[in-house]
Amino acid sequence: MSDDIRTLTDRLAAEPSSLAFLELGEALRRRGQLEAAYKVARGGAGRYPGLADAHDLMARILSDQADLAGAFDSWASALQLDPMRVSALKGIAFLYFRAGDAVAALDHLQRAAEVEPDDPSIVQAIERVRREVTAAGPPAPAGPPPATELPAPSPPALPAGTAFDGIDGGEQGQLLVDSNGLRLAGTLAPVEGADASDRVAAQLAGASREAARATRLLGLGGWHSIALECPDGHIVLSSPTADTVLLTMRDQSLPMARVGLLAERASRAARSWLERLA
Amino acid sequence: MSPTDAALDRVTRIPGVRGVLLVTGGDGLVVAEQLMDGVDGRAAAALTASLVGRLSRAAQSAGMRPPAFVHLRGDAGSVLAAPAPADLVLVAVVGPDANVGLARLEMLEAAGRLD
Repeated sequence: MSDDIRTLTDRLAAEPSSLAFLELGEALRRRGQLEAAYKVARGGAGRYPGLADAHDLMARILSDQADLAGAFDSWASALQLDPMRVSALKGIAFLYFRAGDAVAALDHLQRAAEVEPDDPSIVQAIERVRREVTAAGPPAPAGPPPATELPAPSPPALPAGTAFDGIDGGEQGQLLVDSNGLRLAGTLAPVEGADASDRVAAQLAGASREAARATRLLGLGGWHSIALECPDGHIVLSSPTADTVLLTMRDQSLPMARVGLLAERASRAARSWLERLA
Repeated sequence: MSPTDAALDRVTRIPGVRGVLLVTGGDGLVVAEQLMDGVDGRAAAALTASLVGRLSRAAQSAGMRPPAFVHLRGDAGSVLAAPAPADLVLVAVVGPDANVGLARLEMLEAAGRLD
């Protein structure tokens, strides 16, 4: 263990609530200790979910781990907290570019350039992406370009004003339900050709009441979430407000803990949306 | 020690676990239990069985097969449930500091042996 990592580890151990996790996570990432870096960053992001730096760090680590969907999620979270965050804009631009969507990449780079007009790396990246757009064939480069070469982000292309702005997957796989079991937002994949959303919504209202009763009678206070591990997917129920239940559903390729994190973000987004509606 | 008692015992030994029950899925009756003082076994059995049944139906309506594990998280702890063969449900009530990951593994293994 190098001295700097040892020092940062000691500092974080002495004061777990400090922001030393940011430096430690980055130091571990730079040394290629990605698993250790991920654990440090995840702990920090869990402790400081409203800190854009934490999500940015998580995104860099996930990108290095080739978890590009996870990296996108984390950069999108950072942008939700700090819409002018250049590193997140560049990161998402990189991911779009790599995915072959040069137009979206350019859009994010231009947003980054508005924030940092004198950053030469952004200017170079814009020129490079423009060449791709002009060539009308935006195939992804064989390998990821250096981070300094490609900038910019941008949250998923969802229409403004939806309940799940910035959430990976958008409305699909999310279901926001009121206390009467009626759907407020979101949709589920059809089951045997039929829309299952309203049926599931109706069943969730009762589940919320039962969960509240169970935790209260067992002395566990209010309920926060219910996680269901099914053989073919993961479901997390949460309660954005006292009168609503949110279902987040993903297939098994996304680990349960990640679905839990996604549900937390979706819950915050749904709460904001409900407040805007009120 | 019977296989059921052995299964409950393994889960009970995990730090933070306040009680473990084996309950019937349909009516929520207690088949076996190992509880610390203060845990209402009958309430845990009835409420959890009912909740797991409802959640299973909701999951099926959403196109999923019934859950193999359920984690209800509250302010001051959690209720864990692992459906077992023969319409049984293995239930654990755990404190906020319990190692839920370990409890989950033990419960899934124990539930698989209860047939």
